[in-house]
Amino acid sequence: MRHLDEYRDPAAIHAVLARIDRTLRAPASLMEVCGGQTHAILKFGLDELLPERLRLIHGPGCPVCVTPLEQIDRALAIADEDDVVFCSFGDMLRVPGSNGDLLLAKARGADVRIVLSPMDALAIARQEPDKRVVFFAVGFETTAPANAMAALVAAREGIGNFSMLVSHVLVPPALEALLGAGDSAIDGLLAPGHVCVVTGQRAYEDLATCYRIPIVVTGFEPLDLLCGVLAAVEQLERGEARVDNRYGRVAQPNGNAAAMRVVREVFDVCDRKWRGLGEIPASGYRLSAKYAAFDAERVFGLEGLRVDEPDDCPSGLVLQGRLRPPACPHFGRRCTPEHPLGAPMVSAEGACAAYFHYGREALPAEEARA
Amino acid sequence: MCLAIPGCLVAISGQGELRIGRVDFGGVSRDTSLVFVPEATVGDHVLVHVGFAIAVIDEDLARETLEALAMLDALAEPAPIADALAASVDAAPRNNHGQPRRIFGREDLEEGR
Repeated sequence: MRHLDEYRDPAAIHAVLARIDRTLRAPASLMEVCGGQTHAILKFGLDELLPERLRLIHGPGCPVCVTPLEQIDRALAIADEDDVVFCSFGDMLRVPGSNGDLLLAKARGADVRIVLSPMDALAIARQEPDKRVVFFAVGFETTAPANAMAALVAAREGIGNFSMLVSHVLVPPALEALLGAGDSAIDGLLAPGHVCVVTGQRAYEDLATCYRIPIVVTGFEPLDLLCGVLAAVEQLERGEARVDNRYGRVAQPNGNAAAMRVVREVFDVCDRKWRGLGEIPASGYRLSAKYAAFDAERVFGLEGLRVDEPDDCPSGLVLQGRLRPPACPHFGRRCTPEHPLGAPMVSAEGACAAYFHYGREALPAEEARA
Repeated sequence: MCLAIPGCLVAISGQGELRIGRVDFGGVSRDTSLVFVPEATVGDHVLVHVGFAIAVIDEDLARETLEALAMLDALAEPAPIADALAASVDAAPRNNHGQPRRIFGREDLEEGR
């Protein structure tokens, strides 16, 4: 397919790998922020082709993984109500809540449906006016414009049987929490390309300046990822710390103005609890007061629900890049995609699932942590 | 979840918020909202995420990037990486399901591309 195949060309990939190998002098650790990038790295074996002195740390950019347990429990509570059609992207269905997951709720008889777009959920609400249709609005900045548009259209058309369980999170505040931790081992960041398509790169310029690290806006194909690594390595070796855009064919420095206008119209920035990272100030979106009628937490009276994260899954360490999935004592043993202990083993963007699917063996803990 | 796929805009209908494009993804086509890419015209390649086009692909920049990379390729010395890759293919590691592991470049080597 055009704009995909060109970025998988072996000759160009080897040329960039050779350039990285020649450029990088001291060992370095780069964090690829987005889970889609993590999956591409493991799928194409880029981690094994890169020089050993360059380590890739996997970041928290998996919305399914960082959605806290209490939000899954809210989803389950809503799905179990009468006359509810609960619509979600497929990834969320197998994330374990306190008592089962959405797929189990569906098996029990709840009307849980997978949709590919929030507008599909809105269409169901139009077609089935006797049902209360709820959309699980999960995602990072990339998905926010689409989900905002669903609320905007619902308000304009007065679709009163539609609401959204909003669990939107924002990348820069999470990165700030990781970089500001004091013992951060991150020498540079591959910024999430599709988030930057929507938001632009302004917030990343502040991070690059504040934490003095190179940040490269990076795409998702093998060549995109390696060009991102090369650009970060070049900056490191020159002692620079700025934002470099290597995904310019789609990511504009100022982002997508039309999309951000709709996001600002519908959402307010709010504090959010992240699975594994805890509560981070100003790290998410909620529906603004004007759209409160479409807030499923209000509609179903679930605002007060608080649930602590389970102890037996160390997904918080994985999401912070502090534990490599194969070093987890449960990886591939108690925890598999069929029987996940935590979200990173479920999601198509979760780091644990990537290691499992692409055949990285479980390692002795001390070796994998090195 | 931030997965977004490039496709070719083959037809447009409606206006403003209701502007819808037919986008072809290598033979499979889907209706896609164009509300966030008012500048898109038929023949453009767009990046699509959950039913919405979020960017028009800059063809000139894409071409320039690939040309620059082709230059890098032409300048490259024979790298030790090719040997490392061949060695890793010989070792044929297995995945968790006991099947030979997919390593990037494996098929490419076998097919002599």
